[in-house]
Amino acid sequence: MLELPRISVKDLQEWSKLSDVLTSGHRLCAGCGAGTMARQVTIAAKALEDPLMIVNATGCLEVASTIYPYTAWNVPWMHNAFENAAATAAGAIEAMNAMNRKKDESARKVNMLVFGGDGGTYDIGIQSLSGAVERGHRFLYVCYNNGAYMNTGIQRSGGTPMAAATTTSPAGKVIPGKIKWAKPLAEIMAAHEIPTYTASPAYPRDLMAKVQSGLKHDGPTFLLVDSPCSLGQRFPPSISIETTELAVKSCFFPLYATSKDEWLLTGESARIAKNPVRKVPVEDYLKLQGRFRHLFKPEWKKKLVEIQDTIDDRWERLLRKAEY
Amino acid sequence: MIKQVKGMTGNEAVAWAAKLVNPDVIAAYPITPQTIIVERYSEFVNNGEVDTSFIPVESEHSAMSSCVGASLTGARVFTASASAGLALMYEILYVASGLRCPIVLAVANRAFSAPINIHGECTDQLVCRDASWVSLFGESAQEAYDETIMSFKIAEHPDVLLPTMFGIEGFIVTHALERVEILSKSEVDSFLPERDVDLKFCPDETNTFGSLVLQDYYMEIKRQQEEAMTNAYRVTKEVMEEFTELTGRTMEILEKYKLDDADYAIVSYGATAGNAKAVVDRLRAKGEKVGALKIRLFRPFPSLDIYKALKGIKAVTILDRSVTFGSPGTIVQNDLASALYGRENIPTLHGYINGLGGRVLTLPEIEEVYEMSKHYNEINMSSTTDWVGYRK
Repeated sequence: MLELPRISVKDLQEWSKLSDVLTSGHRLCAGCGAGTMARQVTIAAKALEDPLMIVNATGCLEVASTIYPYTAWNVPWMHNAFENAAATAAGAIEAMNAMNRKKDESARKVNMLVFGGDGGTYDIGIQSLSGAVERGHRFLYVCYNNGAYMNTGIQRSGGTPMAAATTTSPAGKVIPGKIKWAKPLAEIMAAHEIPTYTASPAYPRDLMAKVQSGLKHDGPTFLLVDSPCSLGQRFPPSISIETTELAVKSCFFPLYATSKDEWLLTGESARIAKNPVRKVPVEDYLKLQGRFRHLFKPEWKKKLVEIQDTIDDRWERLLRKAEY
Repeated sequence: MIKQVKGMTGNEAVAWAAKLVNPDVIAAYPITPQTIIVERYSEFVNNGEVDTSFIPVESEHSAMSSCVGASLTGARVFTASASAGLALMYEILYVASGLRCPIVLAVANRAFSAPINIHGECTDQLVCRDASWVSLFGESAQEAYDETIMSFKIAEHPDVLLPTMFGIEGFIVTHALERVEILSKSEVDSFLPERDVDLKFCPDETNTFGSLVLQDYYMEIKRQQEEAMTNAYRVTKEVMEEFTELTGRTMEILEKYKLDDADYAIVSYGATAGNAKAVVDRLRAKGEKVGALKIRLFRPFPSLDIYKALKGIKAVTILDRSVTFGSPGTIVQNDLASALYGRENIPTLHGYINGLGGRVLTLPEIEEVYEMSKHYNEINMSSTTDWVGYRK
């Protein structure tokens, strides 16, 4: 059975007194969802008993937080390369297990977090992740999906949504941005029969509950976070959280937890399931972002309809899986 | 000293030596002709004979990635690969050395695709020469055994802290059954104490590994690697001396065979060295003043030792079981030329690309090649490169 801890406002008040894991002074952009997401994830992890360790794939979060000789990380932190964060974490975990075994110390538990962006997870790192999950190393892999290779300059990735304009899927005269939908990454990871979660930094308590649930599991778990990016998705930094909130409210990015055949809608998505009038049109989400601006020209009107239809269809299928 | 002897293939020798080392982590992916190393070791793991965490990864890229993650925790780490597998690791070879991970990698040297071929050739390891790995070659199952154990001691030395690879040629050494003098667990334990680690990725220390390092510090970090490589030359010599004392078998960075009074020399590495020595004996019987030089340590390249060994020789035949295209010479010839250039009394250099994809270069063919080198020398050609042993 999937169990998510209930996180109260009082818990948040207590945890706000914990020392920072990701400290100020990092060089993420103003309004960057990765920073907000990482702080929420690490606060939830730090609130747990066992020590926290982090492996980070190459990407915005990595480059902006560890410009030598500085580091923004107040926990053991390691970066190896772009496509291998899961394999790297696997090596570290099994090494610590072996050394504990040699010293006859019963395996000391650590909470191993792995951070990767959509490029490092949907695309180049999926083999490493799938392999590590199949072998069953104990970690929570957090993919913060900002919908493109933002660190290298907004190139399309397997996590880029349909019709989004990126520098390698521009809004052209004949092709309006990215041609296909993003890979269903959460479903792919759920198919490995591991607890899998989606979360948004617009709903911190929901996100933190999933982090704690994932880290408490004795085996690999996966969390997909919708991570707003003002630079790449093209909106003012002041509306980052509003943007990802609308991704959830429009069912563009539903919040759920799943394990094997159990699908549990959470937070705002559970509320929408019970009360469908809460669901907002996907246009409300799209119109805030420059990457979808071209869709509001008359010639691409039918693309907007196609996106809404697909979102509705996916939401209906998710409702059926979650037995609504 | 009573020597224990066992019949083993090169791969088995690596696996049994690794068993005595009992690394904390082995992350590996199967590739012919390396597979028996990890198959044997998996048996040790699953029969509870070692403490190692064996990570059967889904690719060589992940093998080396897991090795880096493991090594940074302070663990002793081993892996094995070949050819395409080593090429797939290539990106992370540089991370391993840049993050100063003393990982040990056994290479079952095999030709690159295409065309696909599973047999012996050393190009795979030689082209890793710039990755800041200590690089050794072994001639026999015995050397495979010995280099497995020595590599950890070289790599983990605090003045080195660089990953170390050693190669044995696919099938020729990896699958040939040979006589191997073995060591006891206690001998290996005293030779190779536990890793002494200053900085590690562990729950109790808030260290950051793998930072972004830009123009302001990158070059200093690379320079430290070069200094570590310089230290690796000294440390490898010391480790080999200590190993010689332990085993009674002479182990040196270069093996000199009948070179003292020689006018001509055959330079080689790996399994070819056995044939080179056999040819030296045949030629000596005909009255030729010839010797052989085997390069055991390829990186750091022991330039001065090689100069001293070859000083006064008229012509050197370099048998290189590797290929490089559009190059001024064979891979090892190029290094020899750089090492000798500008020094006094240096030989003419004659490189021969041979043995690709497991092709056999016979002893009579080596004699022919030797005569070619003498001829080149007589007509004052100071450096030549030829392909030999193929259909023209």
